[in-house]
Amino acid sequence: MNKYTERIYNGVVKENPTFVMMLGMCPTLAVTSSAFNGFGMGMTTMVVLVMSNLVISLLRNVIPDRVRIPAYIVVVATLVTIVQLLLQAYIPVLNELLGIYIPLIVVNCIILGRAEAYAGKHSPVLSVMDGIGMGLGFTIGLTAIGVFREILGSGSVLGYQIIPEDYHISIFVMAPGAFFVLAMLTALQNKLKAPSATNTEEKKDCADCSACALSGNCTRMNSGKGGDE
Amino acid sequence: MKELIVIIITSALINNVVLSQFLGICPFLGVSKKVKTAASMGAAVIFVITISSFVTSIIYKLLLEPNDLSYLQTIVFILVIAALVQFVEMFLKKFSKPIYEALGVYLPLITTNCAVLGVALNNVQYGYNILESTVNGFATAVGFTISIVLMAGIREKIEHNDVPKSFQGSPIVLITAGLMAIAFIGFAGIL
Repeated sequence: MNKYTERIYNGVVKENPTFVMMLGMCPTLAVTSSAFNGFGMGMTTMVVLVMSNLVISLLRNVIPDRVRIPAYIVVVATLVTIVQLLLQAYIPVLNELLGIYIPLIVVNCIILGRAEAYAGKHSPVLSVMDGIGMGLGFTIGLTAIGVFREILGSGSVLGYQIIPEDYHISIFVMAPGAFFVLAMLTALQNKLKAPSATNTEEKKDCADCSACALSGNCTRMNSGKGGDE
Repeated sequence: MKELIVIIITSALINNVVLSQFLGICPFLGVSKKVKTAASMGAAVIFVITISSFVTSIIYKLLLEPNDLSYLQTIVFILVIAALVQFVEMFLKKFSKPIYEALGVYLPLITTNCAVLGVALNNVQYGYNILESTVNGFATAVGFTISIVLMAGIREKIEHNDVPKSFQGSPIVLITAGLMAIAFIGFAGIL
């Protein structure tokens, strides 16, 4: 496996943003009420992620270290606006389904996290591959959760009815269902990983920490802030 | 006046920012271990979201909308929010030590709290004027505080319970959040 396919493998399997890193929880919970929504959100995020990785990697020697976070935010916000306008023009259905969650991609921790952890330090081609890998991983995660919620909640797969209406558990397409599905997922991971107390403890801290949007940048951001004063 | 009360009830309870819109999940799960810290976080969020709703809505109404620049809203809002949080932090540090000491740690975290940007964008989407936006921002943040403090209270109790091993840590927190979300659906009957 060369270093390019390694990036894809890393994003999809080893550091999968949804299942392993638990990043970008807001869209994961909010737009996975059906497989199509999850897939659409995943692909939209992937497009932004690939472009932002590319731009940030190209600019990595130009952006001064002290203002890099604001600079990254401007780049990401610009790209998100472009993608949103494109969606409005060419895929209005998706734009309506995802609504406010498209502009909120700006504050998705995966994007800033990859910019900070990878694209700011590596070559453009590698960064693009990293973006594709992470984006695919995120899309797979969201689509999988979406499939589960759609089957349980509305008894269909991609809109095709497979379970008769009397057996739907409609709570799963509503807000609480998102929490329940994610809870089952993390519980399953706890069970399968290594069922030792220390591991659970470690995992707990880890999940809590990455649940904080700034987990990747926390200390760095604080030190950067100290420098400003 | 009646519209404002409707906005307050809708944003704080019915469309609760965490439990039905899924904004600000990150601090909701991360900073909800103790009631005290959760309340401080909530106070900081109320402070920042109210000010940022006011400022972003002024900028949108007076600058972006008259000049046909509303497509720039995402970029402008996120920069305004980031700058505002820094400014609020500096201001508090200089003029109000006690508040700064209580909220200080949480302020930088709020920049990337999607609820702040989410409220600003919602204000535009619902077509609120400046007063309504500020009220909506305040009510949304109150809703956030209600849910995070309730969650912290429940988590303090959960500590003493015998949770199955696989469910320790984040799974039980998510289950709790789901049950709270079911309870909050009940508020839809108010209006």
